[in-house]
Order: sequence, then structure tokens, then C-alpha cells
Amino acid sequence: MGKTMSEKILARAAAVPEASAGDILWVNVDKAMMDDILGPRVEIAEKMAEIKDEVWDKEKVVVISDHYTPPANIKQAEIVKFTREWASNHGVDNYYEFIGPCHQIMAEYGHVRPGAVVLGTDSHTCMGGALGAFATGVGSTEMLGVLITGKTWLRVPETIKVEWTGKMAECIMAKDISLKTIGVIGHAGATYKAVEYTGDTITSLPIDERMAITNMAVEMGAKVGLMAPDGKVVEYLKQRGINDGYTLVNSDADAQYCKTYKFSATDLVPVVACPHEVDNVTEIMNVEGTSIHQAYLGSCTGGRYYDLVAAARILKGKKIARGIRLLVSPASHEIWRQAAADGTLAVLADAGAIVLAPSCGVCVGLHSGILADGEICISSTNRNFIGRMGSKNAGIYLGSPVTVAASAIAGKITDPRRFI
Amino acid sequence: MSNIVRGRVLKYGDNINTDIISPPQYMELSIPEAAKYAMSAIDPNFATKIQKGDIMVAGANLGSGSSRETSPLTLKHLGVGAIVAKSFARIFYRNCINLGIPVIECSETDKISDGDVIEINLTEGTIKNVTKDEVYTCSKIPPHILALVNEGGLVSYLKRIV
Ligand code: SF4
Repeated sequence: MGKTMSEKILARAAAVPEASAGDILWVNVDKAMMDDILGPRVEIAEKMAEIKDEVWDKEKVVVISDHYTPPANIKQAEIVKFTREWASNHGVDNYYEFIGPCHQIMAEYGHVRPGAVVLGTDSHTCMGGALGAFATGVGSTEMLGVLITGKTWLRVPETIKVEWTGKMAECIMAKDISLKTIGVIGHAGATYKAVEYTGDTITSLPIDERMAITNMAVEMGAKVGLMAPDGKVVEYLKQRGINDGYTLVNSDADAQYCKTYKFSATDLVPVVACPHEVDNVTEIMNVEGTSIHQAYLGSCTGGRYYDLVAAARILKGKKIARGIRLLVSPASHEIWRQAAADGTLAVLADAGAIVLAPSCGVCVGLHSGILADGEICISSTNRNFIGRMGSKNAGIYLGSPVTVAASAIAGKITDPRRFI
Repeated sequence: MSNIVRGRVLKYGDNINTDIISPPQYMELSIPEAAKYAMSAIDPNFATKIQKGDIMVAGANLGSGSSRETSPLTLKHLGVGAIVAKSFARIFYRNCINLGIPVIECSETDKISDGDVIEINLTEGTIKNVTKDEVYTCSKIPPHILALVNEGGLVSYLKRIV
């Protein structure tokens, strides 16, 4: 019988001939990532000092300060400083700060590779599945075990197949695919499971767009969101100077899936997730006209180069509505520079956008764009939980970058197709 | 800890996510400080009313969202003795085990009310509602996981093996 990507990757990582869904394996971890907010400062530094104050393999550990950069207050600054010093004291050279959300940095700097097992102290680590890695989020204590031993136990997940076929119409983006899927499967519909995205719609997407989909697999409770690595992945890695040191692992044609969902991209219209749950998804016409106070384009989900260019196409030559703010945070320094160099950021700024540092800040309400009581934000991020961006009496709608752009122009939630 | 946990119930609904349990704005604080704001978006009195040994009982999909261990850490700091829910999000479930907090799945949590006193038998897989004189079935904690919980979590285990 054929095997799924998860079964194959985990079998290799556990050095066993084969594995099947349900098996519990001790796997060797290829990359262990910690961020600032949930990294060494939570349980890890203190407990490691008590147990064994040395990481198992310095090359395989990555530390990224991204949530509290730039720090909004002294406490945040102290956490970044602590994280930086911890990395330095433990000989971790793979340390990054101030250059963007961790998942984007992991991909850009070649730490996520096809066929690898990647663990991170952040739930959206599953984004790495767009490059064909078994990438998943863990808590700090579990990471502590990984840092000391290089291993953890994982249950090989059953796989849900999500098949998207057909060509998307103009102004429909991967974010709409992502939200539509979550709306149907539900916010706990894939708990403990792997989700594999297949079909010609997926293979036709550029890597930036694929990442917007796998990033949000955890919003269905999934352990990983996977896509078969293809030539575009090889090309993406090549551009980053990586030509070997990875294995392209695909599911067999006769692999066992526990469930299959089929979607048509041809019929897809722009969708949004309404407050306060990500699976509270509706077609945009049902909420068009809802007044907004803030529009946010950014994060590891919706701040990539492709997103900024798509938004700029809508905003070019237009102005955002009076009295609202459009905040833009490119998902990395590399994206920031690329979008600055080709004039994309200038288009956004001319329309009235404020371009922020690449950071997690607004996405998770830590700094730079916090919402007050009663304020509404339309956002290209991945979570709209109550209180996430500030006040618990604020509301977050999630939509694609072009939906965010169109809404910023109108000052209310707006179908981006009106601006074609 | 034995295989019986008894305590007073603090009852909540479905989809209590990690942004509710551990609001991101307070994560820069120490655990004792951050714990004051646990659950504040839906229950501003949570931190003051909870007593050591209380059992948190919720509906479906408890702990969805972030991997933040500050969620179970703040609950542990406040004295939560066990957590019962219809279902759990994956990372939250693992985090609780790793921190030595017993987590139990029970489909009948609708029958349990705020303030009830319940007694969970972790190895038998039963919950006795002492207040209502009812018994429900629940998931058992497998022996190797219970051993980890009883050992005080993953840290104690690591200390032993390293
Ligand atoms: S940008 Fe948002 S979702 Fe992404 S890692 Fe940062 S806080 Fe998490």
C-alpha cells in the first residue's frame, strides 16, 4: 500500500523502514526554531541550566527575535536582549532579529527544506509544508527536550486530502482558498491530522501564495499542512543558493487518506473570516459595507512580496478613505527591500499607507497597530481571535491582500473586484 | 498525584483559544503577573475566583490557536488541578502533559455545571459528579503518559534520563 508524505518523512526521520498513520515514533529533528516570545525565556533557559546547558547540535538550532521587534517598551527590549544573549551564549549562530516573522525567515534563509522535520515554538511553523517539510509547532517545554536530545516523539498523523482544481478568477488569491477550506473543514476539523493540498490550482500557484495556505493549516487544528514539492520549490531553494541537502518526498498515488475534500477554484469568490473565529467564513457580499478603522497588510501569512504587489495594483493612483489607517508590514527585510527597489512601497505610501518594520507586532497586538474598543480591522493575517489585536471589544475580519486594499480605499469592507 | 483528582468546577464553553487563556498583550510579563489576566477577555474575575485544585471544564476545541505555553503555565500557576473538555487542540494538549497537568476528554461536559464538585479517575476513565450524584465516562490517561504527568512533567523526566 502507498504512503503519504507524512508517513515517508517521519519514517526517514525515525530511521525505520516504514511508518503508518497512528504509529508513535521517536524522530530526529532536522531544525529546531525558537522565537523571542516563546523561546528561551519561557521555561527553556532556566530548565536547561538545571538539566544540561548545551544544545544537541548548534547548526540545527535557529533563534529568531520577531514578535517584540522593534520593542515597544523596556520589558520587550529586555526579552529581545535576553534571547540574543542566550543564542550567543549557546553558540547558536543562526540568530536573526528585526528582519521579520520567523516562518518567513526560516524559509528565506534555507532552514526549511523538503523532506525535513522542522519544529518551532510557534503554531504557524506548519507554513514550511509549502516547501515539502514536515513542519509543526510545539510548546516551550517540548522544545526544551528537543534542544537537549535532538529528538521528540510524534504520532504519525492521518492525512486529509484537500483538492483544488480550476483557475481562479482575477482578484481571487490563495488567502481565499485558505479561508474557504477552513470555513468548510472547521476550526477543529483537522485536529491531530495532516492536511495535504493538491490539485492543479495549487501547483499553479507561486511559492509566496502556497505559503499563505499551509501557514493556516493550524487554523483547522492540523499538525501540518503539506504540498508536494515540485520544480518551483527547487527553483525557490536554488535562488537561495541551496542546491542539495534535501529530499523531495511525495505521497504515493495509492496513499491512504482519511478524508478527501474537493473544491473548485473557478467558482471561488472573495471570502472573509468574521470575528472572532477563523472558520467564521462568509462570501464578501454578506459583509460588504462594514465600516473599518484599520486595514492591515502584513505578517507571515499576508505580507509577502506577491501580496504587496497585488495590493499595490489595486491602490495605484488611489487614496485610502479619510479617517482610516492602512498599515503595511512587509514579511521580511528582503521583501521590504525588493518592494522598495521596484517602487511597490512608494505606490502604497502614495495611496496613504504607512510602511512599518517587518515584524509580528500588529498581527498579535504587541505594538504598532493596536485596536481600541469598538474598532474594526480588516487584515491579511491568520487569526481573528477576540482580543488578539488589542481590545477585546474590537473586531478583526480576515481577508486577502487585495480585499484589504479595496477596503482601505472605500473605508469599509469592499469586494476587490470592484477595482478591476 | 494519584490517579484520582477531585476539585470544584470552573465551567466554560466551546473554543476557548489561547488568545483568551493567555492574552498576547500580557505575555511580556512574568507568569505570576500574566496569570492575573488569564481568561480576562471572557471572564475578568477568573484569576481572583480560582482556587488551588479547581478543575477547568470546557466544551469542544479547548486551547486552539497559538503554541504558547504561557496558556497552561498561567493556569498551572493559578492552581488548576486538571482540565476536562469535549476535545482539545493538539499543541495545548501536549503542553499540558509536558507540564504535568492532567487533561481529560469527556463528551458529557454539558452535564457539568459551574461550582459542581467532581472526582476524576484518570486510569478508569470516569468522572463522578459529587454534587449531582452522576457518573460520566471520559478518556483514560495511558499509563506511560500518566507516569509523565505523575513525575511532574517532561522536565522531571529529562532530569532523570540525561
Ligand atoms: S506574523 Fe503573526 S502569525 Fe506570523 S509568527 Fe508573527 S505573530 Fe505569529
